[in-house]
Amino acid sequence: MAAIHGDAHGHGHDDHHPSGIMRWITTTNHKDIGTMYLWFSFAMFLVGGTLAMGIRAELFQPGIQILEPELFNQFTTLHGLIMVFGAIMPAFVGFANWQVPLMIGAPDMAFARMNNWSFWLLPVAATLLVSSFFVPGGAAAGGWTFYPPLSTQGGLGVDLMIFAVHILGASSIMGSINIITTILNMRAPGMTLMKMPMFVWTWLITAYLLVLVMPVLAGVVTMLLTDRHFGTSFFNAAGGGDPVMFQHIFWFFGHPEVYIMILPSFGIVSEVIPTFSRKPLFGYSSMVYATASIAILSCVVWAHHMFTAGMPTVGQLFFMYATMLIAVPTGVKVFNWTATMWRGSMSFETPMLFSIGFIFLFVIGGFSGVICAIVPIDIQVQDTYYVIAHFHYVLVSGSLFALFAGAYYWIPKWTGRMYNETLGKWHFWLSMFFFNLTFFVQHFLGLAGMPRRIPDYNLQFADFNMISSIGAFGFGLTQLLFLYIMISCIRSGEKAPEKPWDGATTLEWTHLPTPAPYHSFEKPPIVK
Amino acid sequence: MGMVNNNSKANALMMKKLLVFTLVMFVFGYALVPFYEKFCEVTGINNLLRPDVRAKENWVDEERWITIEFDANTRGLPWQFKPLQTSARIHPGESVNVMYEITNDSDREVVGQAIPSYSPRYLDKHLKKFECFCFTKQVLKPKETRQMPVQFVIEPGLPADIHTVTISYTFFELPEGVNAVKN
Repeated sequence: MAAIHGDAHGHGHDDHHPSGIMRWITTTNHKDIGTMYLWFSFAMFLVGGTLAMGIRAELFQPGIQILEPELFNQFTTLHGLIMVFGAIMPAFVGFANWQVPLMIGAPDMAFARMNNWSFWLLPVAATLLVSSFFVPGGAAAGGWTFYPPLSTQGGLGVDLMIFAVHILGASSIMGSINIITTILNMRAPGMTLMKMPMFVWTWLITAYLLVLVMPVLAGVVTMLLTDRHFGTSFFNAAGGGDPVMFQHIFWFFGHPEVYIMILPSFGIVSEVIPTFSRKPLFGYSSMVYATASIAILSCVVWAHHMFTAGMPTVGQLFFMYATMLIAVPTGVKVFNWTATMWRGSMSFETPMLFSIGFIFLFVIGGFSGVICAIVPIDIQVQDTYYVIAHFHYVLVSGSLFALFAGAYYWIPKWTGRMYNETLGKWHFWLSMFFFNLTFFVQHFLGLAGMPRRIPDYNLQFADFNMISSIGAFGFGLTQLLFLYIMISCIRSGEKAPEKPWDGATTLEWTHLPTPAPYHSFEKPPIVK
Repeated sequence: MGMVNNNSKANALMMKKLLVFTLVMFVFGYALVPFYEKFCEVTGINNLLRPDVRAKENWVDEERWITIEFDANTRGLPWQFKPLQTSARIHPGESVNVMYEITNDSDREVVGQAIPSYSPRYLDKHLKKFECFCFTKQVLKPKETRQMPVQFVIEPGLPADIHTVTISYTFFELPEGVNAVKN
């Protein structure tokens, strides 16, 4: 496996590219584009995080202190939209750009020019979203799910949001087409589908989900736009439309969307855990089938978001059982990760800590998901903080923790420098502590009946809200530590050894020098 | 390299397939609209704007009284809209006739569509409506006033713990060029 081909060494002329800003604007290199995706998503994470700080500051005490209700609603709406479409999704695409070619032995993405384009659409969409705060009437305020009639009644901010969603959707679809084509057509000789690293598998399935549902989202926001401005009545009851139909079409996109945000994190964790357990991934093929089953099931469970919207009992039962069924393949995955660690010679560097934290907290989020799937309970907790707690356990301690794990795991390969392990561990433990402080108490708030998306609350909720806000401020500050760790690693980190993780077995560690050269695998490696 | 050429051809083909698939899914999003309407029609969900068929034999539960409250609203159109009686006490199974009145206060012709709403929500399962101004759009000339009947039966199957129900209508303006409800 030590057959590093000569091409990777000492070919300075390979690395010629425009310098300065033009390098980044014109680049078609998957590593440059991956880097831009990651920085962009981190910037959006800070913007979305700032909005979250505003929300938690307002909820620190009962009463209205900081944000007027109208602005509070804009904060919750844009927090959700920016985190989902601006932070989490582009971050995973950034990882795909960097890692998919490296892990399958391809020289670059299949459509390098389109890759550049799909990235540069993102800042445009982000500008639309952020600037919508400053137009008359302010940003969209009807929640990130933009249900009509609120979204058909809102002002210019809603139009800006609709255009932003169109652009983000186009970017995602282009990115997915690129990823699918790269994975299916450009694998190194010998890299059969069932030899692909799990991260590549999860992204292949995620990319298929994206081309399946993003066009439906594009359709539903287009209907919203024509309802608002061109006299159609898709969702307008007076014209024969139905606002509940919006919810069906939206969640037909929206539920696969939550798996789009979690499957690649399953992939990252499935790379990190074997490396630091120094054992191959347990049950590789069952992992592949479990991922595919989750993706397929995710397309037939959408109405569990709408149990209170009015549905025949038969429908409620179907969506309840189908949703609970997802726990089976997910359980297979959790079992496999645990079995991978079983009797491994484990070590606990930062990527491993985040991965174990991921498993632990994601399982809590998964269980509260099964609880929400039960119709009578869901009717009770619908639109309460219980649901908020549930989906932050899967999105923050799920997707985000896996992103952190991936960043620490691959940063030596990307930059040739090591991050500060001590600070990395601080980042993990502080994140772990403050995350739970923020969101665990929200389960109790939700069970006690505190509704979401409301800037004020009954006095009985005061203590838990204060605890949650303190946790949120701590969690927010902790992420600045992550920014510091990454910048100081890139600028002045210690030189990374060729293979800092001795348990790593994928191509980027076994067949490429550290840091990975600007052009890699121009001659494909042979995979045995 | 020959490989690169092969790859770029295969890649272009794959791109075409995926773009077609994307387009198909976009159209599918729109196809969900008629599918949804058909689904609701076949399963009888959302059957608010079509006349029900009169049952052949009608049993009136003379032991039981139900109070019906009539409510009328307008949204975004210059009309006055009210029932001529605000409530009625009836027996389940009994045929009920109520008159509503609309007046166009403006100097222009306005097209409106009434949308019903019931409380409790599952009243629609036990409410059979034979005649209603909500089955079609209403066109009112400037200053015109019109009286319109609603004829319905509340079936005796309505759960016994319900003593009062509300039937509410809201008139919405139909913008020009928009057809009235399809069903």
